[in-house]
Amino acid sequence: MKTETRHEQFEPPSILGNVLRKLHIDIPLFIGLFLTSLLSFAILYSAGSQEMDILMRQAGRVGLAFLLMTVLAHIDPYQFKRYSTLLFGMGIFLLIAVLIMGQIGKGAQRWLDLGFFRFQPSEMIKITTPMMIAWYLAEHPLPPKSKQLLIAAILIVIPTLLIAKQPDLGTALLVASSGAGVLFFAGLSWRFIVAIVVALASLTPIIWHFMLGYQRDRVLTFLNPEADPLGRGYHIIQSKIAIGSGGIYGKGWLGSTQSELDFLPESSTDFIFAVFAEEFGLFGCLGLLILYLLIIARCLYIAAQAQDTFSRLLAGSLAFTFFVYVFVNIGMVIGILPVVGVPLPLISYGGTSIVTLLAGFGILMSIHTHKKFR
Amino acid sequence: MSDIYVIKDHSVENRLFLNRIVAAFIAIILLTSGLIVRLIYLQIVGHEHYSSLAKDNSIKIVPLVPTRGLIYDRHGKVLAENTPSYSLELIPEQISNMDDTLLRLQKLLDIPNEKIEQYQKLRKRQKRFASTPLLLIMNDEELAKFAVVRPYFPGVDIHTQLVRHYPYSNLASHVIGYVGRINEEELKDLPIAEYRGSTHIGKLGIEGSYENELHGKTGYAEIETNVQARLLNTLNEVSPEPGANLYLTLDIDLQKMAYDALGTFNGAVVAIDIKTGGVLVFASRPGFDPNPFVVGIANDAYQALQSSENQPLYNRALRGLYPPGSTIKPFIALAGLEYEAISPKQTILCPGYYQIPGVSHQYRDWKKGGHGSVSLNRAITESCDVYFYRLAAALGIDHMHSFLQKFGFGEKSGIDLVGEKSGLMPSREWKLARKNQAWYPGETLITGIGQGYYQVTPLQLARATATLANKGKVVTPFLVDKVVSAHGARPGHELRDYTIPLKPDNVNTVIEGMINVVHSAHGTAKGINTNISYQIAGKTGTAQVLGIKQNAKYNEKDIDFKFRDHALFISFAPADDPKIAVAVIVENGGHGGSVAAPIAGQVIKQFLQENNEN
Repeated sequence: MKTETRHEQFEPPSILGNVLRKLHIDIPLFIGLFLTSLLSFAILYSAGSQEMDILMRQAGRVGLAFLLMTVLAHIDPYQFKRYSTLLFGMGIFLLIAVLIMGQIGKGAQRWLDLGFFRFQPSEMIKITTPMMIAWYLAEHPLPPKSKQLLIAAILIVIPTLLIAKQPDLGTALLVASSGAGVLFFAGLSWRFIVAIVVALASLTPIIWHFMLGYQRDRVLTFLNPEADPLGRGYHIIQSKIAIGSGGIYGKGWLGSTQSELDFLPESSTDFIFAVFAEEFGLFGCLGLLILYLLIIARCLYIAAQAQDTFSRLLAGSLAFTFFVYVFVNIGMVIGILPVVGVPLPLISYGGTSIVTLLAGFGILMSIHTHKKFR
Repeated sequence: MSDIYVIKDHSVENRLFLNRIVAAFIAIILLTSGLIVRLIYLQIVGHEHYSSLAKDNSIKIVPLVPTRGLIYDRHGKVLAENTPSYSLELIPEQISNMDDTLLRLQKLLDIPNEKIEQYQKLRKRQKRFASTPLLLIMNDEELAKFAVVRPYFPGVDIHTQLVRHYPYSNLASHVIGYVGRINEEELKDLPIAEYRGSTHIGKLGIEGSYENELHGKTGYAEIETNVQARLLNTLNEVSPEPGANLYLTLDIDLQKMAYDALGTFNGAVVAIDIKTGGVLVFASRPGFDPNPFVVGIANDAYQALQSSENQPLYNRALRGLYPPGSTIKPFIALAGLEYEAISPKQTILCPGYYQIPGVSHQYRDWKKGGHGSVSLNRAITESCDVYFYRLAAALGIDHMHSFLQKFGFGEKSGIDLVGEKSGLMPSREWKLARKNQAWYPGETLITGIGQGYYQVTPLQLARATATLANKGKVVTPFLVDKVVSAHGARPGHELRDYTIPLKPDNVNTVIEGMINVVHSAHGTAKGINTNISYQIAGKTGTAQVLGIKQNAKYNEKDIDFKFRDHALFISFAPADDPKIAVAVIVENGGHGGSVAAPIAGQVIKQFLQENNEN
């Protein structure tokens, strides 16, 4: 009782604030997400040949995603913990189902058709994997012992391989890093981390062996884009030209000329950052990065404030995965990472990634707004 | 559960976790700094360089589309060519009032609403500065009309391009296929780089099967353009490599003869060069005009083709499935000889029907009253059903199945066309697996005369006939003889042949029977033996479309045309030195001897005449 009165004294007495608090919405995080979404509409309008219906469709999806976020924010984090295993198991089951259906249908398939929308199990697994690992590690004292590490590693590898087989390299990468994020926050020893990095580096030739033709092409193109100027290298060359020509101040909103020059079919999805950088220049890019960093910082703050191990690990991992999103996408667009299919979070056109992302933020808000004691 | 209690040390965990949060944040800041350094490099250091690439004079890489290879027949007649055509294209960016412009153009050139709608859809998918076609083909009148008023239509222009044209129209449309606009489904699987700039892709027939060869290799040019995307200067150019020309084994004149000979019937004619497997005729009637498909066929015209009862889009020669009827008999006879179930001299009595011992059902002969005493030779010549019922009963389904399979029944022939059907050669295993039923003795009998579950394609029949003529040497039929590109010529196919071990005497016995089909007084196809200096070996067939009830009488005149029997004929010639094998199927043609055989006769005659002159 006492804590509650104190709590009210500290918050500004605004009506909106009260409503948001009742909704279990974390205000700083909400503002960050809202601003990014607004920015997304502005860029999409420009990148998508200024067509209103593209914008409307995206607005619908974003609305839906915000709704889902609010619903999840309402749920007590204890419930997430309780159902972690079940949700993870379901996700794996659906992944296998999709893989088998894809084989029957003779072609890559990533989604299940539910009639009114297409459900991608790989999206759900992006959240349930860190949940599962966090639940498992929270059962034991931290830092984890080698037996727990082994089991956690298996729990990460299974969904990652299933998704890589779809084949969806980008999502596989995100799932793997969300799991790795939990391990990191759980206190995986630095020696282990170094060992894993070394092991991965030495595994490269083997990974190369298992990659599909087009995945290899992408890596080769990344190493030498000029070798294939009409094919995949075209994206990277054109994207660098667009970003570089933007300069410090950019060409202004709707001023992008490179995206107009038949540059990319993906100018509103995976390569949207190139359009943004061309129109808003280095200052704009810095602004966007700062916005992202603020969102991440708030998430890490939520993680630090969280009151049980499960919530902490999960919150930390969600924050970390969000950063991986940003880093991998921008990294590939500016040509320092190979092209894998990872969208720019909250900005790229498309419904699936934004729904999952905001679901993750919903969980973070739930963790922050359901504290039992202060 | 666990015997050792592990106590969680919360203060240690707290400290550890906070340390990790700090470490993570530092790592994130460092990595972000990496991104920023790269952005600074691109946007400040490289700015001038990239600006010069991007700004007023920007370097664009444009694809140079290769010309599609031509398709010729065996005598060098062009079956698919590229002809210049004029299209009306609009650049949306340069048109201030699109609706008004479209309205004025519609009035001027009398453009149907449908085309305008199509254009609006197309326009949405294109960039605003891209030239987008409104009319793909303009006739002279339209050209003249527009030329006069051109100054009043800024952003509208006439473009010249090469359009695929098929001079033989519906004659060989199923074999040659056609090209059409690349659709979204196809776009997914295409190599993007190779098809940048290409608008069309081979859809069916040779055009589809040999897409890789015909398309050629896309080149590119690095060009400098100004803001309006007008060409200023070409910096570097890698020329496209034109697609390879294909020389078919098909003889278009022979094809025309066969197609015309089918008359008003639906059906198919396949002729194979026995020595090589090269396909000489591959006719499926009715055909369709492939030319509208190139420019985009109007919806109602397409619907009409699709819903037509005669199914003109259907490649009967490749995909048509028919019961072989009596054309299977020479093969069954050969099986009988090879398995020693009969000897050539042995005769049986044909009373006009056959009964399985202990069963009352009568399996009837086509000839009421029967053929009397019949030898193998006569059984083939007169197509005696009772003889083959008995032979089938003696052989059993397992032997028939394994023997006929060697001749390619129930299997794809491996012809170089996509979409071939494998048909069906029934067997005990098939029936159990598919229908979950045991094989009945009665089914063995009707298998002996080519009725029942069988499904064969005209191509399979022609191939099996060629194999018989070849004394067991199986050839793979093919259409493309040579692929001629800038790098030289290569054969279009791999020669794959193998030989079924057969006793020459047995084969000769069967062939003698087949010669008698055409050349003896009782032969079922004796109508085609006049005025020829060589011998034809053949076999007629009639395939039931409708099951006839016991004791009911099949009366051609009383039966609705579409339920009338299919007429079949297989043949090869000259019988002593086989050169050509022909299979004919005339849907609802009635009798093989009177309808199908003359078509084969004509094809053989024309082919042999031509090849003796050479």
